Amino acid sequence: MNPVNYLYLAALLFTIGATGVLIRRNAIVVFMCVELMLNACNLAFVAFSRLHGNLDGQIIAFFTMVVAAAEVVVGLAIIVSLFRSRHSASVDDASLMKL
Amino acid sequence: MSATAVHSLWTTATTAADPIAKIDAPKIEYGQLSPVLIVIGAAIIGILVEAFVPRRSRYHAQMFVSAVALVAAFAAVVALAARGYGTTKAGITAMGAVAVDGPALFLQGTILLTSLVGLFTFAERRLDPEAHGNRVDSFAAQAAAVPGSESEQKAVKAGFTTTEVFPLLLFAVVGMLVFPAANDLLTLFVALEVFSLPLYLLCALARRKRLMSQEAAVKYFLLGAFASAFTLFGIALLYGYAGSMSYGTIAQVVDGTVQNVTPALADTMGNDALLLVGSALIVMGLLFKVGAVPFHMWTPDVYQGAPTPVTGFMAAATKVAAFGALLRILYVVLPGLRWDWRPVMWGVAIVTMLAGAIVAITQTDIKRLLAYSSIAHAGFILAGVIATTPEGISSVLFYLAAYSFVTIGAFAVVTLVRDAGGEATHLSKWAGLGRRSPLVAAVFAVFLLAFAGIPLTSGFSGKFAVFKAAAEGGAAPLVVVGVISSAIAAFFYIRVIVLMFFSEPRPEGPTVAVPSPLTMTAIGVGVAVTVVLGVAPQYFLDLAGQAGVFVR
Repeated sequence: MNPVNYLYLAALLFTIGATGVLIRRNAIVVFMCVELMLNACNLAFVAFSRLHGNLDGQIIAFFTMVVAAAEVVVGLAIIVSLFRSRHSASVDDASLMKL
Repeated sequence: MSATAVHSLWTTATTAADPIAKIDAPKIEYGQLSPVLIVIGAAIIGILVEAFVPRRSRYHAQMFVSAVALVAAFAAVVALAARGYGTTKAGITAMGAVAVDGPALFLQGTILLTSLVGLFTFAERRLDPEAHGNRVDSFAAQAAAVPGSESEQKAVKAGFTTTEVFPLLLFAVVGMLVFPAANDLLTLFVALEVFSLPLYLLCALARRKRLMSQEAAVKYFLLGAFASAFTLFGIALLYGYAGSMSYGTIAQVVDGTVQNVTPALADTMGNDALLLVGSALIVMGLLFKVGAVPFHMWTPDVYQGAPTPVTGFMAAATKVAAFGALLRILYVVLPGLRWDWRPVMWGVAIVTMLAGAIVAITQTDIKRLLAYSSIAHAGFILAGVIATTPEGISSVLFYLAAYSFVTIGAFAVVTLVRDAGGEATHLSKWAGLGRRSPLVAAVFAVFLLAFAGIPLTSGFSGKFAVFKAAAEGGAAPLVVVGVISSAIAAFFYIRVIVLMFFSEPRPEGPTVAVPSPLTMTAIGVGVAVTVVLGVAPQYFLDLAGQAGVFVR
């Protein structure tokens, strides 16, 4: 199968993730959409790696997974602490500093 | 089936005829990477201190470890520079992952000194009134306790403090040290995350106004993660374009001077969409970190909500690191594309300078005001970036060094002005401060004048260097816009000075806390650097000039 099709899929997933970040209102769902974007990047890396016949892209995919895992730890800690003090994870409610 | 038989289903035994090729151990230049290694080692020691040292002595242990590490790392940077690694012996280390050259060493030195000053403001324990007989710093007693809950009161009563901020600071510094020195896209991305993640956490740890602090952290985190996802996709596209991660190879592919072109590479090289979209996304991620318009929306909220020592550290050091990485991307990887990125950066710089300066006029909170001022300054620095000359590099380096000390000093002064609810950041409360505490107001006035770029302060030398480089680099209209927006910006800086010195103090106004020698040192260093770089900038301009050559 033509590896370019995987790139289209990666771009599609990335767009879905980005759209989700912009339109969803729950911090957890927004965060999941960011993770979808990262995974779309992984797919692109692996597809390019296959296209070029070198392993760089696959190595980066592993690094991205580790970074995404670290980001989940930090992100959930922050979002959970926000939820516990406000009983809401909506990004619209968090507006103490709005002008 | 025996275990060996099952195992043989997915493994092959090595025979003498088919030995596994010997793997070459990577060559790591530990000496040249020592600044980074020292700080990361100290950060790991800091975690062990959290685990094993009793709570009452953790603060002093952490403080000691962090200060020693930052000083030692700075000494290592100076030693490397003295041995010529910034000029004649500049090279690429760690199998092509990290560059050790003039700009990298200059920016690492700046980041380390700024972080040391930032560490002093982190460790300040005399500003908040003592809680149940325990001295407390600006950080939450226990970050996991819900604000206003019983568990929080218990934590405060027990005298807990979040000493984890010190290792977090060190980890952020590690990422910042690597970020401007990264020489491949993977290192760039990992360094970006390594300094961002601790900063997200630090933002959430304020002792007072905890809801605002958590809100700032959520905003910073979600937007930061969003921006780094874009950066990563840009990296993927650029990797697809060039078939390599290394800055040097990508630059060769962009220039069309690459050797041994494989058929796949020949195919992707012809695809300019990959190159243009990829580099645009990477640059976008970096512009987010420096807080340039239109990627600046997080800046005011995060600067306002984060604990003020963190804001100062973040405003100074992140900007240095991110501009370093931006310079390296634009000057090392994408010089062949400069006719494409220069017009875009022109637009970004103009909008950033004007929007930062104009929106700052309407601000009523001192931290938000400084946030918008930092946006305007990002625009001024971008003017130097656009020059695409060696003077452009060295002027940006000088500006970053000058700006970071002014910023960290200004935010240190903000921590001193307090009322019952913690820091009094509303501008109306600063009225008449100059009559009540002339010294603090005078020091803050010095910082504001430096922000405004008044002669005899570092701000003037920096702005002059940047605008001169931009004008010589063919961006004269940009300089005109820069001067106009400096004039607009000067208005609100002067307005704060007028407010402090020429209006009546309010009877229920804030008091100025007497800090420990730590914050005094931080502010003193800020003032000293501001004045020295303003009165006698030549030595430092020469230093930045010598450092202004990237290795490729």
